[in-house]
Amino acid sequence: MSKQVNLTINGKQVTAPDGLTVADAAKLAGIDIPVFCHHPKLEPVGMCRMCLVEIGRPVFDRATGQPVMENGQPKIQFMPKLETACTNRISEGMVVLTESEKATDGQRGTVEFLLTSHPLDCPICDKGGECPLQNLTMEHGPGQSRFNYDEKQHLAKHVPLGELIFLDRERCIQCARCIRFQDEVAGEAVLGFDERGRKTQIISISEPGFDSVFSGNTTDICPVGALTTVDFRFGARPWELKAEASICSQCPVGCNTTLNTRREAKAGGEIVVKRVMPRQNEEVNEIWLCDKGRFAYHYTEGKERLTKPMVRKDEKLARASWDAATKFAAENFTANKKDFVVLASGRLSNEDLFNLKSLADTVGGESILYSDMSGGELTQLVGVGAGTNLANMGKGDAILVVASDLYEEAPIWWLRVKQAADRGATLIVANPRQTKLDRFAKYTIRYAYGDELKTIHDFEKKSKISDEFAKANNAVIFYGSEGLGVSGTYGLASACANLLKESGHVGKANNGLVGVWQRANDQGAFEIGFRPAEDLAKALKGKAVYIVGADPVGDDPNLAKALKNAKFVAVQELRETETTAIADVVFPAQAFTERDGTLVSGERRVQRFHAAVPPKGDSKPDYAITSMLAKQMGVILQSASASVVFEILATSVEAFNELSYEALAQVTEQWPFVGRNDMYYGGTTYENTKGLGVQLIPMAQAGGTVRIPKVRKEAALRPKEKELLAVPSNKLYDLGVTVRTAEFLDQRIGEATVSINPATAKKFDVEEGQVVKLSYEGVQAEVAVKIDETIATGVALLPRGMGVAIHEPVVARVQAKSASGKVK
Amino acid sequence: MSHVLLRHRDIPDINKLNVYKKNGGFDAFKKAVTKMKPNEVTDVVKNSGLRGRGGAGFPTGLKWSFIDNKSWPHYVVANADESEPGTFKDREIMESNPFQFLEGLAIASYAVGATVAYVYLRGEFWQVAAFLDEKIAEMEEAGYLGDNLFGKDYSLKIFTHLGAGAYICGEETALLESLEGKRGQPRVRPPFPPAVGLYGKPTIINNVETFTNVPMILANGADWYKSMGTSDSAGVKIFSLSGRVRKPGNYELPFGSTFRQLIYEHGMGIQDGRPIKAIMPAGASSSLIVVDEKVLDTPMDYATVRTLGADLGSASVIVLDETVDIDWVINKTIHFFKHESCGKCTTCREGNHWMRNLTDRIHHGKASSEDVTLLLNVAKQMQGKCLCALGEFSTMAVVTGIERFPEDFKKAVKA
Amino acid sequence: MSLDKKYSKEVKQILSKYPAEHKRSAVMPLLYLAQREEGYVNKEAIQDIARVLDMTETEVASIIGFYSLYHDKKAGKYRMQVCTDLPCALRGADEFLEKLCGNLGIQVGETTEDGLVTVEAVMCLAGCDRAPMFQTQGPDGIKYHEYMTVDRTMELIEALKGDEK
Ligand SMILES: Cc1cc2nc3c(=O)[nH]c(=O)nc-3n(C[C@H](O)[C@H](O)[C@H](O)COP(=O)(O)O)c2cc1C
Ligand code: SF4
Ligand code: FES
Repeated sequence: MSKQVNLTINGKQVTAPDGLTVADAAKLAGIDIPVFCHHPKLEPVGMCRMCLVEIGRPVFDRATGQPVMENGQPKIQFMPKLETACTNRISEGMVVLTESEKATDGQRGTVEFLLTSHPLDCPICDKGGECPLQNLTMEHGPGQSRFNYDEKQHLAKHVPLGELIFLDRERCIQCARCIRFQDEVAGEAVLGFDERGRKTQIISISEPGFDSVFSGNTTDICPVGALTTVDFRFGARPWELKAEASICSQCPVGCNTTLNTRREAKAGGEIVVKRVMPRQNEEVNEIWLCDKGRFAYHYTEGKERLTKPMVRKDEKLARASWDAATKFAAENFTANKKDFVVLASGRLSNEDLFNLKSLADTVGGESILYSDMSGGELTQLVGVGAGTNLANMGKGDAILVVASDLYEEAPIWWLRVKQAADRGATLIVANPRQTKLDRFAKYTIRYAYGDELKTIHDFEKKSKISDEFAKANNAVIFYGSEGLGVSGTYGLASACANLLKESGHVGKANNGLVGVWQRANDQGAFEIGFRPAEDLAKALKGKAVYIVGADPVGDDPNLAKALKNAKFVAVQELRETETTAIADVVFPAQAFTERDGTLVSGERRVQRFHAAVPPKGDSKPDYAITSMLAKQMGVILQSASASVVFEILATSVEAFNELSYEALAQVTEQWPFVGRNDMYYGGTTYENTKGLGVQLIPMAQAGGTVRIPKVRKEAALRPKEKELLAVPSNKLYDLGVTVRTAEFLDQRIGEATVSINPATAKKFDVEEGQVVKLSYEGVQAEVAVKIDETIATGVALLPRGMGVAIHEPVVARVQAKSASGKVK
Repeated sequence: MSHVLLRHRDIPDINKLNVYKKNGGFDAFKKAVTKMKPNEVTDVVKNSGLRGRGGAGFPTGLKWSFIDNKSWPHYVVANADESEPGTFKDREIMESNPFQFLEGLAIASYAVGATVAYVYLRGEFWQVAAFLDEKIAEMEEAGYLGDNLFGKDYSLKIFTHLGAGAYICGEETALLESLEGKRGQPRVRPPFPPAVGLYGKPTIINNVETFTNVPMILANGADWYKSMGTSDSAGVKIFSLSGRVRKPGNYELPFGSTFRQLIYEHGMGIQDGRPIKAIMPAGASSSLIVVDEKVLDTPMDYATVRTLGADLGSASVIVLDETVDIDWVINKTIHFFKHESCGKCTTCREGNHWMRNLTDRIHHGKASSEDVTLLLNVAKQMQGKCLCALGEFSTMAVVTGIERFPEDFKKAVKA
Repeated sequence: MSLDKKYSKEVKQILSKYPAEHKRSAVMPLLYLAQREEGYVNKEAIQDIARVLDMTETEVASIIGFYSLYHDKKAGKYRMQVCTDLPCALRGADEFLEKLCGNLGIQVGETTEDGLVTVEAVMCLAGCDRAPMFQTQGPDGIKYHEYMTVDRTMELIEALKGDEK
């Protein structure tokens, strides 16, 4: 706990932590000082001049060092001019007047100055209703403008800063919050001011425009309606929107979100999600959200949604009743009991996965996690300790990121790891190719694909870097699946787990192992007992498969082949996919926006999401569908509600013991305060009223024995002269089921590519943009060539989720298709 | 009397290294490095009463003593931005007496333990910078810059850095931002540069003229320096005289010389012998002083000029005769400030935009008397609320113009 | 050719002025280098500078926008920047500029037909005692021209024309 300081604000005695600004201390004490440029997450700049207050400090006797007294009170010397509350730090005995005539006069003056250049289009402004300038004008503004309206500047109102964010130049008040966010918080200074004086205006000249996956956050903290998202602008008025708490289901970070919904004529009078907003959780996402989480929610709507169960009849899928469909599936699964396989993905909630696992276990079937990455059983042992908060890591701590491109895989972790490095934490990035995190790393380790284990083993030997890591007060390792498949990631996880254990970095908050999973709830699936298969195609061949929340046919031709040779396929999905197209029976599932449930983040935080919109058609929550199917197979599973399922889960799965929906709903006060209508403007981020979630306690912290299997390195693949080593990597904007419906993301998604080094390109005589034929393991795929000098020679990098899937490194051949086969 | 600063007027070719050396050049620097401790140098400057010549008149030695010795390295930066309308003294020093300035900079660097110093010149001083680069090279050649100077464990490098057309870069924190390769916008103060300056390190920033005094002070002693000028303002000052005088130019005079001496003895009086209407003693940033005989006999030092309701600032004396309309004057100054406002703070950015519209209308006879009142109000509404002094400066001529020359504005507005 | 290749010696010399970890300081001198030939900074130069100094292109563009001596558009080979600020105006600068433009047959801000000279009005150049005065910004940097008359200015323009050939 830092030192406390006593001061008086408007006559009120206030005690606040030392180092705070006057504006923040006042806010803590419930006093709103109006601000525009100040944001508690940004460095103070004092430029908007909105927060003008009177500040006095006690006078001290030079000789004695004692405060000078006056009428029994310490004598206070006031600063001659008004001061900015956002730049002055509090000090003992300070006296602040925020509502004196002089202060109010100054504040009123600033509002008036701002309005001289601000348009009067509140009635059509997106920010109307949650706009601090509007609120402040009501509170502090002059009744009438003294500025000659004809002399107002008229500026462009629809300036695209990229294809996602638009700027209204007239509305901008030059507070630089957006620029400062991009520079200080995101570390990507892709916004800037052009010109100076009254001509100052925001620009972005990056390619593509506003090239950052954090761009949406600037629209939250913009204190006027100058920045809007392409998705929401002119979409709705804030006061028409309902808000429901949710969790982003795009990646393992588990950002807390709010779904804003409205009844929409365009959607046939249905209630739909209008936007996804960040919801404050200082331990997870603070008040931020990445653009994928913000924009890629459209998949829950749309024509392709499944609304009715379907059964294959005479080669075609035909609508059926729930009873008929589940019965049909049950008969087939029962008939093939010893070949029964549940294939489920981390897109599902704990409740869904728990019922699926229970079903498989009871009937003696197999349960497989649809993932290329393993090691979740190790994060159960040495995952980060309960109480972990990356925001508390800094000087003296260490973070190792290995085989992961956090920017693409888990952007908010990238942001928070980067900030930990900014605060002085030793950041070590070990990856076979350059990533955006390298810039902030104290050490970067570059290894060849296939040398992951060796790299961590070498790390254990004595070196400057390993020494610094070992001696760190706290250390966290993020490991991912760059260039690795199931067995490779398992090996890497065990090596990392050992490293942490040996150096004493387990079993405590801010220490331990984090998996950078491909899906939001992979960690939850591991907790519940799911494991990925090393050879999934083999595991599915000739089986009776119950596929839930996955599209293996669309992802991988080899899996498609395996499923064609399956005995029976039941698919439970949101939307039509290539897998539903081959299914014998299809169950329509509800989207996470339509139901309740919980997810476990990569930091093993269990968090609840809530139903925000009514379900589509006859769709049901996954756990309920499984329960119906189970019943037909003679197995009784709970399904009354997600919370009931969770209760059973909590008693059956040890790690979840003592957890309940009530516990997950607990909130404690968080700083900074983010209100939507106050004068002290934190942004449009939603306050968290529905729970901060609970972190699971890893075995190492619970005091259990932690035994980590040592894994031997497998022989690395050695491509021959005419071959390449093809390796998988992950990409933020991919063609996954959950992304591709947001059309405005098309440009960022791009197309399927294979990235190779210029030298490799020369060797195979292919050039940038050329479409080539890539063949591996009996698969032939067409992809466009991308030249990238950060990739080692002889390596072909294939992003996952772009329709050309490899699960682990494979040997591949490249053939130029045609010289004219250029793509744009 | 011979010059202390504009010594090239007495000694031809003092911009040549051997001539400068022959006239005692670099003795003071050598004495400092070989015979004095850094804080002793600072003490001499403190005792001399030297005040900063950049405009604020802050005691120079005191500033040097604020350097934070817990944080290293230290930097010294010479402010050669010289962009205040009516100011052209630093340019003459650098063009004609460059070594004395550079020696002063070197002594200051030694006094505060800096081994790298920068000269930040306004971008327009392209030729001056090239000339200084030559002079710096000569000093390196002659062993006055570089490693182990005078055989001692002290090294110093001096580099020039050109701005690119922005008056605000004369403000010391904006200058530092600019030198760091950013937009030249002022920082919040405190912390002040001697604690957190260039690259976040303790930094001393002084005006070119300030540094140019230092070798002479070290050579002749604090008492010699104090013997010139007034008790409030010690020593000599270069006055840049411009406007409607017969002989504009730089004049080096002891503080306490009167306006009359400057304008009539040195500037040879007003063109066509017309009477003076007003004086702006500190360039475009000045208040307007209504001139009468008493004013002309006022001694020019920081304290006394303040009694006239103005600041001496950089002592860039612009003289306005009776044919000059004050509404035209403030229209000019506001055009300048509107153009130069960095745009960082609302008050100055919007205030100057608004004032520009108003002064334009007033000057072009398209305004009413309410507009004049509004202009005065807007200017006063800005005062005390800007992030840096530029915004404050922009209001000075407006407020004093309207208040002290009401007739001009009555004439300017339509009835 | 990229800027840092073309002027490799100068770039190196410029970078040597600043601490390696603060090479961003070199952005202003590099921008002068970038506009030496064409009188303005083009997109490629912005990219080059951004790359060399580890800045974003937007940051570099933002610097160009702030300072009045950097240009992002082509103008005459020489920019003739006449000071019309208060002290110079008190000594006839406005009249000088007007006459000069009349002689050249252009308005302030315009370029002569042959593309040689763009006439601009600028703020104080620290030559107040030698008005009328202006500076020329051209391929060989910035030069001052003081105690000017319209005739002497026309002679200067003729001389610049001579240099052209
Ligand atoms: C808008 C503005 C412009 C300034 N311009 C200059 C300048 O051109 N030269 C200068 O020496 N000081 C200038 N100053 C003053 C500097 O901020 C600073 O006080 C000075 O360089 C300190 O040096 P000194 O103590 O030697 O005067 C300016 C201040 C402001 C607010
Ligand atoms: S007062 Fe003017 S120049 Fe100073 S910070 Fe504000 S806008 Fe910039
Ligand atoms: S100046 Fe304090 S909030 Fe902007």
